[in-house]
Amino acid sequence: MDILPILSTLRRHKLTSWLLILEIALTCAIVCNAVFLIGQRLQRMDMPSGVAEHELLQIQVADVMTPSNPYARLAEDIAVLRQVPGVQSVASSNQVPFGNSSSNANIRLDPAQQERTLNATTYFGENLSQTLGTRLVSGRDLQPDDFVDVEAALKALGTGDSKSLPHVTLITQALAERLWPGQNPLGRIIYLTPVVGLRVVGVLDSLARPNAYDTAQAQYTTVMPLRMGADKDLSYLIRTRPEDRANVLAAALAALKKADPQRVVTIKRSFDDVRQKFFQDDRAMAGMLVGVIVALLIVTALGIVGLASFWVAQRRRMIGVRRALGATRANILHYFQTENFLLATIGIALGMVLAYGINLFLMLHYELPRLPAVYFPVGAIVLWLIGQVAVLGPAMRAAAVPPVVATRSV
Amino acid sequence: MFAYYLELALRSLKRNRVLTALMVMALALGIGATITTLTVLRLLSGDPLPQKSAQLFYPQIDPNAKEGYIEGQTKPDQLMAYPDAMNLLQAHRGTHQAAMALTQAKVMPKQVNARPFFSDAVMTTADFFAMFDAPFQYGGGWTAADDDGRAQLVVIAGFLNDKLFAGANSVGRVIRINDHDLRIVGVLKPWAPQPRFYAQDLGGRSYGDGDAVFLPLQTARAMEMGPQDTECYAAVPDIRHLETAPCEWLGVWVELDSVAAVADYKTFLDGYVKQQVALGRFQRTETSLLDLMGWLRQEQVVPDDVRLQAGLAFGFLLICVVNTVGLLLAKCLRRSAEIGVRRALGATRREIFTQFMVEAGIVGLAGGVLGLLFAELGLLGIRHQPAEYASLAHLDTWMFMFTFVVALVASLVAGILPAWRACVLAPAPQLKAA
Repeated sequence: MDILPILSTLRRHKLTSWLLILEIALTCAIVCNAVFLIGQRLQRMDMPSGVAEHELLQIQVADVMTPSNPYARLAEDIAVLRQVPGVQSVASSNQVPFGNSSSNANIRLDPAQQERTLNATTYFGENLSQTLGTRLVSGRDLQPDDFVDVEAALKALGTGDSKSLPHVTLITQALAERLWPGQNPLGRIIYLTPVVGLRVVGVLDSLARPNAYDTAQAQYTTVMPLRMGADKDLSYLIRTRPEDRANVLAAALAALKKADPQRVVTIKRSFDDVRQKFFQDDRAMAGMLVGVIVALLIVTALGIVGLASFWVAQRRRMIGVRRALGATRANILHYFQTENFLLATIGIALGMVLAYGINLFLMLHYELPRLPAVYFPVGAIVLWLIGQVAVLGPAMRAAAVPPVVATRSV
Repeated sequence: MFAYYLELALRSLKRNRVLTALMVMALALGIGATITTLTVLRLLSGDPLPQKSAQLFYPQIDPNAKEGYIEGQTKPDQLMAYPDAMNLLQAHRGTHQAAMALTQAKVMPKQVNARPFFSDAVMTTADFFAMFDAPFQYGGGWTAADDDGRAQLVVIAGFLNDKLFAGANSVGRVIRINDHDLRIVGVLKPWAPQPRFYAQDLGGRSYGDGDAVFLPLQTARAMEMGPQDTECYAAVPDIRHLETAPCEWLGVWVELDSVAAVADYKTFLDGYVKQQVALGRFQRTETSLLDLMGWLRQEQVVPDDVRLQAGLAFGFLLICVVNTVGLLLAKCLRRSAEIGVRRALGATRREIFTQFMVEAGIVGLAGGVLGLLFAELGLLGIRHQPAEYASLAHLDTWMFMFTFVVALVASLVAGILPAWRACVLAPAPQLKAA
């Protein structure tokens, strides 16, 4: 196929050619960035929690009257839940990964240090590791004699009574690597206050924060040996088999209600629901972006159909002459296909530059990473395909023009 | 003449129905997307108290340690510790001033068999209602004396009054909150400023329903109600005594009625901080006194996603306009012969230009009507989204009219190039060709 005659024809239709190129360029730029944004959202939604997600249930209850002995109340509730058929393990916890509501602490590496080194979340509660299914990479799990009552620990913070304070902690691999890069974290100490230091006794593979909004800090997690009493902010976590979840949840709620009919259930959900809720905005945004991409590609394709049809109609006589002079139907078809390919290529080249520019703008204003180069060829192929599909109809109509048109006046 | 152009335009649009439908459809999609996202953006970046926002100010100070402080660059903290909030309140330098924190109230209905439930609550001080123009259905707020005396009273929202007392005047009746009996002194009319500016950074949502319960700060604290968000700036000896702990958990607002009053207050605030530095309590002297809208801007209360969506929609509209330019141009070039005839019969260039612009305008109006439909569909979709502002997404009169402005501007901009090409066409060659 000779490209020169096509170029010379296009030069006579500069304005319409440029409009088509502009449309393809803008579409290419926006589609590249939108696909990239979708990728970012999907990646975020895939954030690991570090727990056995499909086996966990969360229940939170609030008592009408504050119980006189919250610790006794907690022990009763745990005992009641353990009796429920299908329950494998029960834990009490102050928070859950991706649960939003969180308790956090400022961590220092040196007791004299005034500014914090970083802010990490603190999980506390009993039987957490077994129930959540976190994986220990090195060191040991928390032992029953590590635990102290949270009320006593809070009091001891003031008095400095070290017997009532916790002395050890678990941290995640990510946090260890951030605090002591490349070193063995076991036996090292993190300071919550100048007087309260906790020795790292175990390292967890992964455990996400409840407030994992920022991917870089999502795994800054500590687990402390603190016992809580029954409280409206305390959750019961139940581990069970995935297929038993619905039944176990219903039975557990019934058992808790039976123990005290007056209490209010404030949260009852599976961990799948927790994840679903935490990332719902990301899912909605990704869905919207898919919608925009589809709409954009359709509008652009229809624009190409419209302009190509116009060109075919305008050049009927020229097509007729070429056919009369011996051009085959395939020649005519290829002519329009090549023309579209040329215009799309120029548009895509411009679009890449524009896509890069938009990405730079987004990086500046929305803290997005740089657009990976892989999106460019993908964007190019999509637009080439759209162009070819859109031009096929008008090009076939052009190929169907009979040679006799050449001899008629228009 | 205009009627004639209208007839010509309609006839021309009818002649090529598919192309016309294509243009209208593409433009409508672009307009629909733009209006949907702009409606949300306008809603979220709106002024929560238009009549009052210029007089409301948010003082900020910085009790953090010297370490990490860069003079002139470090921003003061968003929240305030109890002693500082009380010192500012007791100075009475503004027309009104109030400190506030969000909490959860466990409400126990009096009806037999009714279950207790948790409601959003604000613990605040007496000036809250007058300063924020919160409208009362029955009764009124409480006094500064009630604050100091830890009076067992409460103001409830209209929707809670409807739920508990079927909307009757409940002033003087008793409501059980967190195991304490409180006397109702006021019932608010529906009041839910959007954004919920006073809750910003206090650990609550930025948009959505109003709060249900308003209690005096000291009363609530005596009932051991805790704030939703607490930020500590030094080692905490006892977290349960928030009033003395080095922790920030209160937002403070002041009403200042004149430019002079604002300047005075800023001087007072700077003086207060210097005094605290002299006393050895503070190390940093940075202060800030933003007005309501400035505070919301600094807090970037409008989610990034919403701004991104609006940008995306504008890009989409741009592509739709380029698309319309191309199609209009194609149409107009095909009618070269017709234009030649009209020119030969005496039509001026201006008349040809006007004729084509009228045609573009009709496409725009049709696109606007269809775009309005798409925008309503888009907003319906937004209302079904999980976002906290979802239920607020409705088209108002302004956006309704704005739709047609956008549609007309978009189509006329799209029409200029084709209309210009049509009017500069030399008539003679076209006539010959025909």
